[in-house]
Amino acid sequence: MTSSDAPLKSSKTPANAYDAIVIGAGHNGLAAAAKLGRSGRKVLVLEAANAPGGATRGREFAPGFRSAGLAHLVNRLDPEVARDLGLTLTAKPGHAMPTAVLDGMNEPAVLRGAYGETIDGVTPEEAAAFSRLRDKLTFQAGILKRFLRRPPPQLGAIGIGDVSTLMAAGIGLIRKGRAEGRDFLRMLLMNVADVADEYLDDGRLNGLLSFDATLGIHLGPRSPTSLLGLYYRLTGEVDGRAGGQFIPEGGMAAVAPAFLKAAKGAGVTVRCGARVGRILADRGSTRGVVLTDGSELTAPVVVSAIHPQATFLHLVDPAETGTAFLRAIRHVRSAGNVAKLDLALSRMPNFTGLTGRDHAGRIVIVRSMTHVEEAFNPAKYGEFSQDPVMEIVLPSLADATLAPDGACTLSALVQYAPYKLQQGWEAGKPAFLKIVLDILEHHAPGLGRTIVAADLSTPIDIEAEYNLPGGHWHHGELQADQLLINRPTGAASGYATPIEGLYLASAGAHPGGGISGLAGWNAARHILAGGTR
Amino acid sequence: MNALTKPLNATEARRTARNHILTPRLETPFHPRLVALDEVNDWYNWAGYKAPHSIFDEELEYFAIRSTAALFDISPMVKYRITGYDAERYLNRLTLRDVRKLGVNRVHYTAWCDDHGHVLDDGTLFRLGEKDFRLCCQERHLPWLLDSAFGFEVEIFEETDEIAGLALQGPTSHAVLAEAGFAGTERLKPFDIASFAHEGGAVTISRTGFTGDLGYELFVSRAAAVSLWDRLWNAGAEHGIRAIGYSALNRTRIEAGFIVANADFVTAEAALRADRVRLPDEIGLDWLVDPDKPNFNGRRAILDARRNQTLKHILVGLEIEGNISAEHAIVYHRGKREAGLVTAATWSPTAKRNIAIASLTRPYGTKFVDDLWVEIYAMRELSYQKMMKRAKIVPRPFVKLARRTVTPPGLR
Ligand SMILES: Cc1cc2nc3c(=O)[nH]c(=O)nc-3n(C[C@H](O)[C@H](O)[C@H](O)COP(=O)(O)OP(=O)(O)OC[C@H]3O[C@@H](n4cnc5c(N)ncnc54)[C@H](O)[C@@H]3O)c2cc1C
Repeated sequence: MTSSDAPLKSSKTPANAYDAIVIGAGHNGLAAAAKLGRSGRKVLVLEAANAPGGATRGREFAPGFRSAGLAHLVNRLDPEVARDLGLTLTAKPGHAMPTAVLDGMNEPAVLRGAYGETIDGVTPEEAAAFSRLRDKLTFQAGILKRFLRRPPPQLGAIGIGDVSTLMAAGIGLIRKGRAEGRDFLRMLLMNVADVADEYLDDGRLNGLLSFDATLGIHLGPRSPTSLLGLYYRLTGEVDGRAGGQFIPEGGMAAVAPAFLKAAKGAGVTVRCGARVGRILADRGSTRGVVLTDGSELTAPVVVSAIHPQATFLHLVDPAETGTAFLRAIRHVRSAGNVAKLDLALSRMPNFTGLTGRDHAGRIVIVRSMTHVEEAFNPAKYGEFSQDPVMEIVLPSLADATLAPDGACTLSALVQYAPYKLQQGWEAGKPAFLKIVLDILEHHAPGLGRTIVAADLSTPIDIEAEYNLPGGHWHHGELQADQLLINRPTGAASGYATPIEGLYLASAGAHPGGGISGLAGWNAARHILAGGTR
Repeated sequence: MNALTKPLNATEARRTARNHILTPRLETPFHPRLVALDEVNDWYNWAGYKAPHSIFDEELEYFAIRSTAALFDISPMVKYRITGYDAERYLNRLTLRDVRKLGVNRVHYTAWCDDHGHVLDDGTLFRLGEKDFRLCCQERHLPWLLDSAFGFEVEIFEETDEIAGLALQGPTSHAVLAEAGFAGTERLKPFDIASFAHEGGAVTISRTGFTGDLGYELFVSRAAAVSLWDRLWNAGAEHGIRAIGYSALNRTRIEAGFIVANADFVTAEAALRADRVRLPDEIGLDWLVDPDKPNFNGRRAILDARRNQTLKHILVGLEIEGNISAEHAIVYHRGKREAGLVTAATWSPTAKRNIAIASLTRPYGTKFVDDLWVEIYAMRELSYQKMMKRAKIVPRPFVKLARRTVTPPGLR
């Protein structure tokens, strides 16, 4: 079967039998379910938490104050996925969401349009240099982007589609001339610091690129291959423009319902508070799952839209997979580095030098590339940054229901906060929180006095709250050795796994994390196309 | 999981690790006895241990195996002890045969593969208890065994050095055991195991061996090794017992049609070239693969290769005209197309046939089974004598002896 309108396979089935079971109602699980459901299949989504959404699942963190979840902005929702599933997630019409870079000394550098089409607060020469670098990087990211919307090519079984993707990438390169092609190959595995140095002098812009390249990844800007993270960021687009970002109408709280609506509209059943305890497998093929309450649900297709390590180290009997496969899965690096701060404030904060309107944008606190590198250094040894870098959004500005009248919420993604903290997070958390609040106070004097409640989620907390091993942004490091045909590992890199009928579909699968819907959507398309390994 | 005994401190650990260079060839517990009997001083390296090719005369040693009793030191054989609640389930995932069918005090021959179905080794699995196994093999595999233990409640440790082993093989081997006072060995059927008192400890005796003859293998702690040797040696005096080396044993194992890892096939971890690895079906081990038992390493790859008919090689027994051993000769179809390689060959004094084990590239050996030839180069005083000899595919074993299985075995 290769078409998505394949006939409905089982019109009369027992109540606990489905055509496909999806584990995890994160946005990828819901995207996969929606796509499968639309082909006429009877699909069930099982979610451990009491509500769907995964990392976009909201929660009340202080009386009257809600957080919309871990993710606080959208920058890579795939337009093809959105169109295909009918997702109604759009930016408020008007200005694109800006990024303001604060270094605590100069006026903010404010990038407007999609990733700084114009920049306020820097010299014209610097703005022009940034523009040249931006054009080059978005062109190069555009080449890589071709690989995101399809399963990675399988070694030994390169198909027509793979060849055409590779050719298109090649042609894309040649079109711009030999020099551009050469430069692409030169830069591909470079570190972001060296690349930024070739073009820029302004610490704030250097720092921003360094921050964006490494957010959610265990690398510093000077680490080899760190430019890949920035490419990945720039493969995201908003309104057809690379590098854009937005908060949808209704705020981030609108993300989960949009995916849920797509799934329900496709006839999918979503059950929350249903934690899968075991994936049934016998002699290399699956036939369903068992919930932690003991109930058994059967389906010839099981789509695991949760972390690959959770899938194979906890849910599938180790006897059902091979020694080398399991060793590779165990070696997937997946220790998170990002802490999430939710602040309840009695009124809107005022960041020094920032206009009122720009408070609704993305605010990045970074002085320079060196600042990011020095923040990374302790993380290598299991310590948090003494002078961390961070990205801030004021969610209640886009969604007034998050805070009481007149009050405000602040969300910050703070890096680096290593999962495996030497001193342990129990002792480390209060100290790290104080550091973060001091930085905020420095950039928005008076903010401290308006704090009603502060809730810091370390990677350990994220792991527990969101059933996310390692608390990792991408469900596994997004680095050169864990990409494409090696994501999460060779024998499970094309969504299909060594277990027949079992597929991977979370951020831990190709192409990686962030709210894009691609992993889930790609996996479902692969299943509909026959789903072979 | 407990791989090795923990050293007391880091310095001591470093020193111990370093001292191995003082004994580049380890000596087995029986070494003093072997040296005392040795007349030819012809040693080789067996898994890091000094082992004899021959003790006094290869030809006479062969006839000791087939006519009286031969004592062969198998201590260098790699031995792993695998115990714990999940030991059976663990080994069932690791190896090809169904371990659930292996009774306590029984042995079976088996093999294990990597995820791609390529054979890592073959060996014998001893079930010493419900949750207690010993795995014996040619190559070392501790990292693989430990990696395979993820998710299983098992303890694995190597006991090659602590446990000494002897093979007692030949028509009078049971008579030797009886004479030595191991009462009850007459009840052992092939692949049975039993425990006997020795020197205040125990010796484990199994009716197993690598010769295709009546024979036993004895395992004992290192400390009790020499006294066990003496006990057998004294009892064997009247029964023609001889100490033997590998050359004689190798001839009998070829007669019995057994294969040796990294001689008749290259193990997956040793192979440097991509086309040297082998699926079980490519080295005559298809009968070990049990598709009905729970999942095991390599299952999918093996069954896929069967279904898609992508098996590339086949292991066959050959009978070759003449009497000159065809070891490592190239096999030809119709005298000109290369079809494979002889991996082991010998003149069989018992079968009175020139026999060989060969690896052929399919469809030779499957579709084309006739008109096979081997090209033998015999060095005769610095000049090769080149011979094209007719070869015929014949079933293994080449030598089948009723006494191997008769229970109770004869006493003379
Ligand atoms: C701190 C942080 C901040 C982030 N910020 C952003 C951002 O601003 N913008 C952005 O685009 N991306 C952001 N990301 C990345 C993004 O959130 C993730 O990559 C994305 O959520 C992955 O989606 P998913 O559907 O694959 O998995 P998840 O969102 O993790 O969903 C998996 C779901 O499976 C459920 N589950 C797990 N185990 C079981 C089980 N045994 N049985 C049943 N259900 C189970 C979980 O409860 C969860 O609901 C952030 C990530 C982190 C960690």
